[in-house]
Amino acid sequence: MSGRTLFEKIWDDHVVTGDDPALLYVDLHLVHEVTSPQAFSGLEHSGRTVRRPDLTLATVDHAIPTTARSLGIRDPQSKKQVDTLKANTERHGITYFGLDDPRQGIVHVVGPENGYTQPGKVIVCGDSHTSTHGAFGALAFGIGTSEVEHVLATQSLWQKKPKTMAVEFDGPLPHGVTAKDLILGMIAQLGVGGGIGHVIEYRGEAIRALTMEERMTICNMSIEGGARAGMIAPDETTFAYVEGRPQAPTGAEWDTAVEYWSGLGSDADATFDTTHHIDAANLVPHVSWGVNPGQTAPITSAVPDPAQFDDPIERDSVARALQYMDLRPGTPFVEIPVQHVFLGSCTNGRIEDLRLAAKILAGKKVASGVSAVAVPGSMQVKAQAEAEGLAQVFEDAGFSWREAGCSSCLAMNDDVIPAGERVASTSNRNFEGRQGRGARTHLVSPAMAAAAAVAGHLVDVRDWS
Amino acid sequence: MKPVSLVRGTMVPLPRSDVDTDQIIPKQFLTRIERTGYGEFLFYDWARTEEGEPSSDFFVHDPKRQGAKVLVAGRNFGCGSSREHAVWAIQDWGFDAVIAPSFGDIFRNNCVNVGLLTVELPDEDVARLQEMAQNPGVVVTVDLEQQVVVADDYVFEFDVDPGVKERLLKGLDPIGLTLLEVEAISRFESTRPAWLS
Repeated sequence: MSGRTLFEKIWDDHVVTGDDPALLYVDLHLVHEVTSPQAFSGLEHSGRTVRRPDLTLATVDHAIPTTARSLGIRDPQSKKQVDTLKANTERHGITYFGLDDPRQGIVHVVGPENGYTQPGKVIVCGDSHTSTHGAFGALAFGIGTSEVEHVLATQSLWQKKPKTMAVEFDGPLPHGVTAKDLILGMIAQLGVGGGIGHVIEYRGEAIRALTMEERMTICNMSIEGGARAGMIAPDETTFAYVEGRPQAPTGAEWDTAVEYWSGLGSDADATFDTTHHIDAANLVPHVSWGVNPGQTAPITSAVPDPAQFDDPIERDSVARALQYMDLRPGTPFVEIPVQHVFLGSCTNGRIEDLRLAAKILAGKKVASGVSAVAVPGSMQVKAQAEAEGLAQVFEDAGFSWREAGCSSCLAMNDDVIPAGERVASTSNRNFEGRQGRGARTHLVSPAMAAAAAVAGHLVDVRDWS
Repeated sequence: MKPVSLVRGTMVPLPRSDVDTDQIIPKQFLTRIERTGYGEFLFYDWARTEEGEPSSDFFVHDPKRQGAKVLVAGRNFGCGSSREHAVWAIQDWGFDAVIAPSFGDIFRNNCVNVGLLTVELPDEDVARLQEMAQNPGVVVTVDLEQQVVVADDYVFEFDVDPGVKERLLKGLDPIGLTLLEVEAISRFESTRPAWLS
């Protein structure tokens, strides 16, 4: 028998019954306000209860304001949704990081920073960016509301075994190129549907050298390549990050856990259904130009011409994208002006992201005509950024410094980009209307976003450092 | 859940690839706590003029397309966000089946859970159906039992997971089924390492 992959080991260790589909046990269920109300009401309608409230954690992030908490939630429907989550968690005995809790934040920032996210766990959440937690060597994926209800009731899920895909990032990451560029570069190469039906394991020299937060950025965007889950084998970097966090094991249990976690990496003779190679050593910063994350290219290049594409469906999709984005083929990316900059999200709203952006912004000002907003991924990230003086750097540069939440990434709150305006955004999706009806999104790294804010147009941040 | 076995009705062609769930149901409709009433918001932005008025240029408000039962979409349909609201909106508008060359993984699971039939067919078969669907009067039959799509003289066979097929045909409640395994779940829980509590 050949060896097993990281994915297969976690899968095997969580099968309650069945083979394919198997009933998988869920170690951690993360819950937020938008995809859970119908699940709780369905549960109650059927006279069922939450099986393991102790393995369930709830917070609010999607539709909440990022202005001062004391102002409350203006939108009555969003307020009702948040109140509903609070009531549901109270009724079922679920830990809840509410709007006034210092641990509140984007669910995919909160889980890791409080030590809930650990290697080897099966983690689910009614949110497609649950793939983020795979950075720890966990099997983590997004689910719909019916599945949320299923997990609440049974702490398990029926799953067909996905295929496995290895993506090898060869060589070291060059100076000025970030984790965001690695994952954008990969999606540009594989396409938004490239990972359908697969779980990706990110491997190779460039991956091993990444910090945990950078690994989270990579795994976060697995779903943008079509893969429900992405994972990275746990190592010393992982253990060092988890150790000492509130929910991390301690004492003898820590040692037992680390021993188990250390054996989770794919065996040397394990095989994957598909393997791709990405030339990390020659990557440059990337920027999206279209209306899905696969429509992305190196910042050193120019807006593509639909005529370059052989496939008629793709040609049509590129033409439609350029029309929505109001871009002309051949325009160098560095000449594209931006009116907005959004720094934040579960992709790039962590302390290292803020540090990276602040380094670029120190002593500089946001260009006139540019509205720039920095939204920390959690209230703990916010507190740390303030303690480190980063918040001051942002404010001195002319950024609006906000409370934690998903904010402009999906613009469910008031942080909406106006129609026809262009935003350099550190978020994960450039779908039509995602950041506001008619808004035009360019996905970039935090460093690229900060540089664009100062320049007033897209720039190659490598020219700045 | 209502059993699903045969869907028969007219088609709507949507020949675009990578249609994401943000298009199917934009975020401003996700703050509701109900499970119904999303049909009128289906493809909200695409179904409206720049001024925000309903437009009959897109099928949602096109009188000729009302009552259609089958959406014939492009590759990677339903990619992106996990919002089940997208499936509720499609179903609520009136569709009982979606045919496409491929689907987003989470979207497809969501469809199974609410009884919206998804059928995967090769690119060329989908293209053929989209061509036929240009005529709003052409009727298609999607037969889950026989695993065929029939339109005019064409018969397209499709694959479906046997477990999914049984659940859809019988309209089984997945949570009720899983709760039959409650002893196995309890047994599994007793073997979990202490640090997972």
